[in-house]
Amino acid sequence: MIQISQLSKKYKNAEEYSVLKLDLKISEGEIFGLLGPNGAGKTTLISMLSSLIKPTSGNFSINGLTFQKNGNQLRQLIGIVPQEYALYPTLTAYENLYYLGSMYGLKGRRLKEKINFHLEVLGLEKFSRKKLDTFSGGMKRRVNLIASILHDPKVLFLDEPTVGVDVQSKNVIIDHLKKLNTLGTTIVYTSHHLNEAEQFCTRVAIIDHGKIIVEGAPKNLISQYPEAHNLEDVFLTLTGKALRDHA
Amino acid sequence: MHKLWASTYKELLLLSRDLGGLAILFVMPLVLVVTITLIQDSTFRSINDNKIPILWVDYDKGEVSKNIRDGLAESNSFNIIEKESDKEAKELVFKGKYQLAIVIPTNLSSELEKKVNLNVEGLLSKFGLDQEIPESQKVDLDKKEVILYFDPATQMAFKNSIKNGIDKMIFKIETQTIYKAFQSQITDDESEAIFDTGSFITFKEITPTIGENEIIPNSVQHNVPAWTLFAIFFIIVPLSINMVKEKSQGTFVRLRTNPVSYLTVLGGKTLVYLSVCLIQFGLMLAIGVYLLPTLGLASLDVSGKIPQLFLVAIFAGLAAIGLGLLLGTVAKTQEQSAPFGATFVVILAALGGVWVPVFIMPQFMQTLSNLSPMNWGLNAFYDVFLRDVGIIDLVPELTLLFVFFVITTAISILYNERKNAV
Repeated sequence: MIQISQLSKKYKNAEEYSVLKLDLKISEGEIFGLLGPNGAGKTTLISMLSSLIKPTSGNFSINGLTFQKNGNQLRQLIGIVPQEYALYPTLTAYENLYYLGSMYGLKGRRLKEKINFHLEVLGLEKFSRKKLDTFSGGMKRRVNLIASILHDPKVLFLDEPTVGVDVQSKNVIIDHLKKLNTLGTTIVYTSHHLNEAEQFCTRVAIIDHGKIIVEGAPKNLISQYPEAHNLEDVFLTLTGKALRDHA
Repeated sequence: MHKLWASTYKELLLLSRDLGGLAILFVMPLVLVVTITLIQDSTFRSINDNKIPILWVDYDKGEVSKNIRDGLAESNSFNIIEKESDKEAKELVFKGKYQLAIVIPTNLSSELEKKVNLNVEGLLSKFGLDQEIPESQKVDLDKKEVILYFDPATQMAFKNSIKNGIDKMIFKIETQTIYKAFQSQITDDESEAIFDTGSFITFKEITPTIGENEIIPNSVQHNVPAWTLFAIFFIIVPLSINMVKEKSQGTFVRLRTNPVSYLTVLGGKTLVYLSVCLIQFGLMLAIGVYLLPTLGLASLDVSGKIPQLFLVAIFAGLAAIGLGLLLGTVAKTQEQSAPFGATFVVILAALGGVWVPVFIMPQFMQTLSNLSPMNWGLNAFYDVFLRDVGIIDLVPELTLLFVFFVITTAISILYNERKNAV
């Protein structure tokens, strides 16, 4: 489904590569977690896979398609849930979704039905006509998610979709993502919530300094480290306890 | 096409949600046009209600000073205030209390008469019509100077017009004195008209006509199109802010991941902001036709010109929008786009001849002026309002405006694609 080969990214004026010669295969139907400390290269990798930034070298394909050759076809195939809300605060939830759904070519009754379905499942139907700037962080996160799944993407990239939300919102989001996965959507997501990733993902990769240092099913990884009780222990063992502040 | 309409609808919603901004977008240009037209109205009036107070110091108290004073009074432009001393008048003017003081020197009338009489008698004696003037009666008269004091802040144009006016009056008085001297030498009967002292050469201004009606330029016909164009171009400020806002909100980033072209995104903005320009333009015309006459100004004459005017407004609006799209694409923050946009519009307006006519600019600036889309737009508006040309005659200016729109939009798209290439 997703084939990444020797993918690298070095930002202008940066001393080090954010992603360095990364190889990865993600199969159809997986829920793949990209885990790592701050500045490890997770967002850079997701940004390259979703056509937001250009790789310095290497290549990748999704379903055999590349942005260079099949840009719009590939964009129709994928959905991206960015870390920021990326919505219009003065428009209502419905207006935001109607516009963003239209950008995927959806229209008319089909679009309305899809918007209403997702709003209902994510508990937002009562607020659909309210302006987004009146929404809480958790509500905005859910609208942000809906905006990326209206067109039924085959692959969904999520960059920390549950950051800064309450437990209730987090559970609703994760449950909805699981449903989408059962309907055939491959999910690639980054998170700092290791417990969440342990429960949610079928496979994870721990990435640090732009390289994958380990990958596998969460249970398998935990079993590889005798002193580890959970994914967080594995993570700390591999990435260390030093702070990763960067500017 | 559906994506374009969805983009247009979204832009419309975004604009409608900012009622304060929308009001400013429509009201401020109207206030601008009314204010500027009222201010500039006096420069277009032949009879001015607002007389400029000037100081008058008369050391002559003779015929010449009386003629100059009467000439100034007849112009209806000045309120003449008498002062006794040159020093007081000078002080008041240099402190900026008055724009101008005129000081008439002592014995101007008598010495002018003496000088002319001497010249005339000298001339007639050469023809043998008079006795030769004995050397003892020949006197060297000093030249007389009418002194003008101007407030240092006075504009050059005003200074020049005063100087020219007084110069003309003095020339006329000198000529009449010469005629009078000849008359008194030739005949003793003062009522006998030997010379026709009226001007032989006069001038007549021929203005364009529509049918049998003359198109008389007035402040409204000049100012409404000029400042309307200025307001149309100000659309680049809210438009570029709108685009920068989308970048900071992250919505532009999201759109880059969607299967939608940048052209479609810009197309939605173009349609909405062009509609804003046209509504704005319609309101400006309405102000010119209905409001300005109630303020004592002439009515804007739009009869038979509405289609041409809206055609020019569409193309001027497109040029302004193209510039706004480019600025919005390149700018990273509102702090970059807003001040740059506002200042750039002012520069384009200055270059375009909105404030100072292009023909009085230095040659280099005149060349630059040809590159200002506001110059093209202003010429097109003047063509319609003041020169009464047909649509065909507007084609060159409209083409330039459209090409400007196409080029700026194309640069925006290329810049965006290059910057975000994957």
